[in-house]
This record gives sequence, C-alpha cells and structure tokens, in this order.
Amino acid sequence: MSEVDAKTFDESEERAYGFWLFLMSDAILFSLLFATYAIMVTATDNGPDRTEIFGYWRTAANTALLLCSSLTMGLASIAIREDRKSTAFQWIFVTMILALAFLVLEIQEFAGLFAQGAGPDRSGFLSAYFTLVGTHGAHVTVGLIWMAVLCVHLALRPIGPVIQSITERLTMFWHLVGIVWIGIYSMVYLPGLYQ
Amino acid sequence: MSDVKRHQREVRNYLVGFGLAALLTIIPFAITAAGGLSRTWFDLAILLAAVVQVLVHLRYFLHIDLRHTPRENLLALGFTGVLIVIMIGGTLWIMGNLTSRMMGT
Repeated sequence: MSEVDAKTFDESEERAYGFWLFLMSDAILFSLLFATYAIMVTATDNGPDRTEIFGYWRTAANTALLLCSSLTMGLASIAIREDRKSTAFQWIFVTMILALAFLVLEIQEFAGLFAQGAGPDRSGFLSAYFTLVGTHGAHVTVGLIWMAVLCVHLALRPIGPVIQSITERLTMFWHLVGIVWIGIYSMVYLPGLYQ
Repeated sequence: MSDVKRHQREVRNYLVGFGLAALLTIIPFAITAAGGLSRTWFDLAILLAAVVQVLVHLRYFLHIDLRHTPRENLLALGFTGVLIVIMIGGTLWIMGNLTSRMMGT
C-alpha cells in the first residue's frame, strides 16, 4: 500500500466510524419516536384508532419492497467493491425502483388518511403515527437522493476509494432504514391489524 | 483467498441473511392473518420475531461480528442498545404509572 493509499484508507475508516456514530444517534431518535407512539396510541380523541386505519396488504407490500431493497443495495455494494460498474448500476437502479415504489405506497396511504380527516392534527395518536412513519419516509427519501448522487459519481469517474467510501456509508444507512422498518411494522401496523 | 471465493462468500452471506429475514417477516404477518392468539402471546411472538430479525440484519447486512468488527463500533452499538432500552422502558414505565394513578379512584 503506498502512502497516499494508506492515507485514503485511514480517512475512509474514520468516515465510516463517524457515520456509524451518526447512525447510532439516529437509532436513538427513532426509539424515542417509538416510545412516544406507544404512549399516544390510546389518545385517539374519539377519532379513528389503530384498528381502523391500516391495510394488511399495503403493509406487507411495503415490507417486501424494503427487504428486497436491502438485498439489492448489498449486491450493489459488493459490485462496487469489486469494480464492476455495470452490475453496480443495475443493482442501484433496482434499489431505487423498490424505494420509489415504497414511497408511492406510503404517500398514497397518507393521502387516504388526510382525505378521511385523519391527518396528524386529528389526535395525539395520529400525530405520533405521522411523526414516526413520516420520519422513516423522510429517511427513505434521503436514501433515494443519495443513490441518485452515487449514480452521477459512477457515471462521471472510475470506481476508486471515494466512490467505495460513499457506497459503504450509503449501504450502512440503507440497512438502518430497513431495521427501523422492522420496528414500525412490528409495533405500529401488525398490532393495529390484529383483531 | 481468491477473489472468486470472496465474491461467492459475500453474495451467499447476503442471500442467507435475506432468506432468514424473509422467514422472520412472514411469521409475524402469518400470525397476524391467522388470529387466535391472546394479545399477550401475540405481542410476545411479534417482539421475538422483530428482535431476532434485527440481529439477522446486523449480522448479515451490516456485517457486525464480535471478533472482526472494531471494538469502538461494538461499544457504540452496545451503548445505543442500552440507551434505547432505558429510554423506551423508562418512558413506558413512568407514563404507565402516571396513567394508572390518574385513572385510579
């Protein structure tokens, strides 16, 4: 390893560690939103409660989309580490389609709730629900933009330490988004759907 | 280790993780659709499947490994886990206690 390579290597290790710390603080943020939701779930103010507003198949579809996207993002990161650009493009493209489909379903769901007067201003329960699920949706959106940026990098230059380091952090971020979703369907959707 | 072998191992790692995660997702969805469990057992089953699946994601997708992951990353992860347990558990405890006192008498 030359001196320059060694320096880049250290930097990318440091960046990965710093990003790991950020992800951990993000996980703590989500855990507080989960706690808030758990407290607020009964505060429906005679509005709709959790047994009335969730859809089983939409939840299942969203879960499948995110889980598949975790796999395709991982395959993209392997391709980038091995300097196989066109494979990387393919997997990032598939990941973006899956993430976009997830967002479309989620926006549909939110729009439906707003249409029946069940927006975040209706009750404490709905405020907590929109805050938790909306924050996760915002993370998916950021991930999607980040993937687009990575595609631009890939199109403009050969795969090197910079692109590999970006990919490593994006992959970590995307897996955290997937982990948070496990909590959301387990604590929010399925308990509401169970009769 | 040759590049081909390394590639195969990494891809297999992801596929195994994906298979386990899919199974641990289908179980809670099937339990929800089937019904019949009491609320307590339902909650326990869902919680267990979720916790195990989080571990599967950490192991197979984020490649957390007690031997090879740097010590400081593991410390940060462990500390985060402790904070999450304290904060979620503490919030539920305090607010549950408050509610029962407010509703009582």
